[in-house]
Amino acid sequence: MGGNSDMKLIDENGIRIDGRKVDELRPIKIEAGVLKSADGSAYVEIGKNKVLAAVYGPRECHPRHMQNPAKAIVQCKYNMISFSVSDRKRPGPDRRSVEISKLISEAMEYVVFTENYPRTSIDVYIEVLQANAGTRCAGLTAAAVALADAGIPMRDMVPAVAVGKVNDQVVLDLNKEEDNYGQADLPIAMIPRTGEILLMQMDGHLTQAEFDKGMEMGVKACMEIYELQKDALRRRYAIANAESDEESKDEPQQINEEA
Amino acid sequence: MARSIVSEIKRDHIHKLIADGHRVDGRAWDELRQIQIQTNVVETAEGSSRVKIGNTEVIVGVKMTVGEPFADTPDRGVLSTNAELIPMASPSFESGPPDENSIELARVVDRGIRESHMIDLEKLCIEPGKKVWINFVDIYVLDFDGNLFDACSLGAVAAIKSAIVPAKANGLGEDYPMPITCVPVSITAVQIENSILVDPSLDEEKVAAARLTVTTDNNGDLRAMQKGLSGALTLDQVRTMIETSRRLGAEVRKIIG
Amino acid sequence: MNKESMTRELVLPGDVLDAGTMKPGEGTYVHDGKIFAAMLGIKSVKSNFVNVIPLGGRYIPIPGDMIIGKVIDIGPSNWLVDIYSPYPAPLHVNEVPWRVEFGDTARYLGIGDTLLAKVLSVDETKRVQVTMKEQGLRKLQGGQIVEIAHSKVPRVIGKNGSMIQMIKTYTNCRIFIGQNGRIWMDGSMSDMVHAMQAIKMIDEGAQTLKLTERVKEFLESVYPKEKSEVL
Repeated sequence: MGGNSDMKLIDENGIRIDGRKVDELRPIKIEAGVLKSADGSAYVEIGKNKVLAAVYGPRECHPRHMQNPAKAIVQCKYNMISFSVSDRKRPGPDRRSVEISKLISEAMEYVVFTENYPRTSIDVYIEVLQANAGTRCAGLTAAAVALADAGIPMRDMVPAVAVGKVNDQVVLDLNKEEDNYGQADLPIAMIPRTGEILLMQMDGHLTQAEFDKGMEMGVKACMEIYELQKDALRRRYAIANAESDEESKDEPQQINEEA
Repeated sequence: MARSIVSEIKRDHIHKLIADGHRVDGRAWDELRQIQIQTNVVETAEGSSRVKIGNTEVIVGVKMTVGEPFADTPDRGVLSTNAELIPMASPSFESGPPDENSIELARVVDRGIRESHMIDLEKLCIEPGKKVWINFVDIYVLDFDGNLFDACSLGAVAAIKSAIVPAKANGLGEDYPMPITCVPVSITAVQIENSILVDPSLDEEKVAAARLTVTTDNNGDLRAMQKGLSGALTLDQVRTMIETSRRLGAEVRKIIG
Repeated sequence: MNKESMTRELVLPGDVLDAGTMKPGEGTYVHDGKIFAAMLGIKSVKSNFVNVIPLGGRYIPIPGDMIIGKVIDIGPSNWLVDIYSPYPAPLHVNEVPWRVEFGDTARYLGIGDTLLAKVLSVDETKRVQVTMKEQGLRKLQGGQIVEIAHSKVPRVIGKNGSMIQMIKTYTNCRIFIGQNGRIWMDGSMSDMVHAMQAIKMIDEGAQTLKLTERVKEFLESVYPKEKSEVL
């Protein structure tokens, strides 16, 4: 947070520099199943953020000492590609991406039914192609869609969004300027149906009242993103209302022995 | 691991098909998979592209900064090419610093661009010996289904071609397009059981004996080559591959525009 | 005709499937007395159980399953077999139809070999054992292998085996289907290409309408007349 409240980011009519109202999300586009090699994948655009997520697994866990005999481990790797930001970022992980990866892994570990796949690893790769504030939320939103696309058993979808404070006002889904010069940033991820919070960070300065207002905005926005996540998956698996009388539960060996 | 072991049945099947003059996906031996090129896909880069050859997909960005030239080329801009085989792209790619495969890949792509003088590096000199434009060409493989050499080379060329030199942001006058002299195109072929197959898919690459990448310029002249894998090629096979690269290179150059 | 579950309704993780009367089946979980979908798939109701039939996901071995495996490693008294699952499966020398001396394993099965085997046991931590000691189980040679999502296997087989029988009749291929999503076939080169195309059609269109008819149309188009009389 720059904390520079002199910078005017909201006008007298409550309109932000990108034309949004304080409680308005940036335009969002979500697509499921965009990569061929991965078991599941998703592409998310939130404003000028462009993020890809890919899921591999459950697969054999390496190194072996990381295996858990009772459940799968969820390993998310968040990474920004070198040209996703204005100054070229050296390829490879830095402290920030390691921290974000850890938080996203922990959030996803809660929604995935890990006990179904002992000793395995479910690997989620998040690549930020273009960054404009809110990439961890966009990445987490994409990761949840990619996990569902991979057929991973999970409690629910997980949407994420950031709220913050700009010019002493609580605003939803900060863009880059607001993130740079705003007074607070509060990214959250949740399970909308239960209200359970799976990711929460905060930096800057918020009063209790501002926090409450921000959470109210954030929860409402998560519901919107949740619907977009589900819509992306429905489009990907569009089904004609086929009748299911073409299927067999016969054991293959029966079939094979006829050969 | 497990996936990198090719089953004997699969290997035999591919060999048999080739002996009959066929390929797994029904292509002719000298037929490229479908090529899709998008440019200007990332605003934060000076130039960018997203390229698909069949199911192989890469994203490439060009970032430009002002820096010092190398001592032996004081009046030229600098080109630095880097390739990342990120684990998103394949179950066989692992996280970590570039391995020998990604280094070879980046160097072969770099050579085609450098040796063809695609980028007019002399025009990227700001103040001889002191200030020149540094070009970082970063290639990320997003989806791996064979023939990374051509996908990465095509992506890099398309990204460079779309780049705008950020002069204004650096207080150096108006922005201008990247100075380009030609469009190098690389075409890769493999040898399997003495047959030649252009633009190998992943399955074909896994059973290939030898590989040759040939980069040609607009005149059809050779600018870079790289033979890979542990098998051998006859001189006749090399000649066929070069002739094919020249012919298909001209077609691909039209797609790049 | 069995029309117990009529329409194919797509459900997503977290979707409510039932709020009282039914029992939770596969691919579901219960929370606050309601049944929810635990994965993306097709909702199916059978004898008062609500299930989610997955559309993708990895194969998890079940004892008794017939599978097609690939040898990925060799030990002195066993082979390690990739069964297209997160869990590689050891095949012990006592579970093959040959008498193998200690350390002599590589003479019988090599790395990259393909086998028709059966899942012998799966323990709580999903440690798997496979066996080849049963009639019909053997090393597969020649032909080719196709891999599809294991969840599509019932569709490739079809009602009472109708789909696979149709493919076999038209293409004259011998076909073995592993429950793990690996399919082996043998026949003439062009017949195998057609059989593979038909199977790919099922794999990609498993949730679409009139699949049997579309596959039949395809096969008729590549095998005009003479064979359609057989059916």
